Amino acid sequence: MFQTIKQKWMNIKKYEFLFSELVKRDFKKKYKRTILGMFWSLLSPLLQLIVMAVVFTRFFGRNTEHYIIYLFSGNLIFTFYKESTNGGMHSLISNANIIKKINVPKYLFLLSKEVSSFINFGLTLVIYFIFVAIDGIPFHVRFFMLLIPAVCLMIFNVGVGFILSALFVIFKDIQYLYEIFTQLLMYLSAIFYTVNSYPEQIQKIFYLNPVYVYITYFRHVVIDGYIPGIATHALCFGYAFAALGIGMLIYKKNNYKFMYYI
Amino acid sequence: MKKIELNGVSVSYIVGDFSNMGLKDIIIGKIKGTYVQKQFQALKDITFSIQEGELLGIIGTNGAGKSTLCKVISGIMRPTEGTMAVRGSIASLLELGTGFDSDLTVRENTFLRGAMLGYTREFMNETYDKIIDFAELREFEDRKFSHLSSGMKSRLAFSIACLVKPEILILDEVLSVGDGAFRKKSESKMLEIIKGGTTTLLVSHSLAQIRRMATKVLWLEKGKQIDFGETAEICDKYEQFLKKK
Repeated sequence: MFQTIKQKWMNIKKYEFLFSELVKRDFKKKYKRTILGMFWSLLSPLLQLIVMAVVFTRFFGRNTEHYIIYLFSGNLIFTFYKESTNGGMHSLISNANIIKKINVPKYLFLLSKEVSSFINFGLTLVIYFIFVAIDGIPFHVRFFMLLIPAVCLMIFNVGVGFILSALFVIFKDIQYLYEIFTQLLMYLSAIFYTVNSYPEQIQKIFYLNPVYVYITYFRHVVIDGYIPGIATHALCFGYAFAALGIGMLIYKKNNYKFMYYI
Repeated sequence: MKKIELNGVSVSYIVGDFSNMGLKDIIIGKIKGTYVQKQFQALKDITFSIQEGELLGIIGTNGAGKSTLCKVISGIMRPTEGTMAVRGSIASLLELGTGFDSDLTVRENTFLRGAMLGYTREFMNETYDKIIDFAELREFEDRKFSHLSSGMKSRLAFSIACLVKPEILILDEVLSVGDGAFRKKSESKMLEIIKGGTTTLLVSHSLAQIRRMATKVLWLEKGKQIDFGETAEICDKYEQFLKKK
C-alpha cells in the first residue's frame, strides 16, 4: 500500500519535471528570448482593439456604455480562445518526433502549450484592468469572480485542444476548416455589437456559443456591475467540462493510434 | 528472472493514402467508393524471452520490423495481438539525434531530454556535467542545438541516455554513429552498463558487433521471426542468407 502511494507520488514528480521543462520550452520558443517578443504578443491584441474602437465606436458605441471596455472584454476572451485552441491543435503534430521515439504521456504537450497561452492571457488581462481603470470604472472586490470564467475558459480550451489535435492528426485540412470556423464564431460572439437589438428569443440562442458565455460573464462583472446568476455559472462549467470530457475520452481511446498517423 | 517476455506479439496498422488525406478527400473517396484502408503487418507472431543481464542482438534486413519491435518493447506502440511483459525501467535510444528542439540550446535540450526519459530534476542537476563531459560538448553547451553536427547530436543523445543505470536498455542502430574514438568510448560504456546487470536490446547491421556482444540473437525478416537462439549459430545462418541474396 505504502509502496504504491510512493510510486504514484514518484510518477507525479517525474512528470512535473518534464511538464515544467516543456512549459519553459514553449515559452522560450514563443518569445525567442527577447523582451520585444513578449511585447509583440501584447501589442497585437492592443492594435486590434484600437482599430476596432476607431471603426466601430461610431456605429455601435453611441448606445453602449464603456464601449471600449465592452469591445476589449470580447476581444480579450476571444483572442485567448483562438490562440489557445490553435496552439493546442498543433501540439501533437509539432511534437511528432518526440512522440514517435520516447514514451511520454501525449497530453503533456497540449497542457504545456495551454499554460503558455494562459500566461499570455494573464498579461493581456493586466492591460485590460489598466483600461478599465482609465475608463473610470472603480475596482471592486467583485472582479475576483472573473477567475471563474477565466479558469473555465482555460479548461474549455484544453478540451477543445484535445479534440482538435486528435482530429488534426488524421485530417490535415482541419486547420483550414477551423480557421473558417473561428472566423464565423467571432461574428457570432457579439464582440463589437450588442445583442440588445435582437428579440429576446434570439438573444438566448447566443448562449449556445460558449465563448459568448464567457465574454458575457466578463461584461456583467466589469461593466454592468453584477455577478451573473446560477444559469450562467452552470453554462460556464458545463461547457468547460463537457469539452474536457469529450477530449479526454478521445485521447484515451486513440492514445496508441496517433502514432501511426503523425 | 525474465526481464522481457513476448508471446505471439503482432503489430499491424493502417497505411496508405490515409495519412496524407484531408477530410474532404475521405468524404469524396467514400462517396466514390475509392477509399480503402490497407492494413500493414509490421510484426507477426514474435515470441522470445530474455533473462536479466543478457544482451539480445536483433538482426534482419531493412524493413524487417526491428525498429517497430523496439518501439513495442519501449511502450511507444502497443501490440495488436499477443502479450508482452517488460519488467524494469527502460532507457531507449531510438534513432538518435531526433526529437531534439533545434531552437533551444544544448543545455536546455539536455534537461528536456532528461525529463522525457523520466529523470528527476535533482538527478539532472547532479549529472549534467558528467553528460556534457562524456559527450565532449563542453564548449557547445550554450550554443543552439542546430549548430551541432549530426555526430555531435547523437553523442549527446547517447550520453544522456547512458549515464543512468537503466534496467533495460534499447539501442537501435546507435553504435554506428559518432567518429571512431567516440564509438570506442561508447562501446566500452555500453559494456560497462551491460556488465552491471542491465538487460540490453541491440539493433545493428554490424554482424561483427553482434557476434562480439550479444548473448542471444533474434532474426527478423519482413515482420516475421525467422529464428531466435544462440549468437554464433544464428549469425552463421544469417550470413549465409545474405550471401544467397
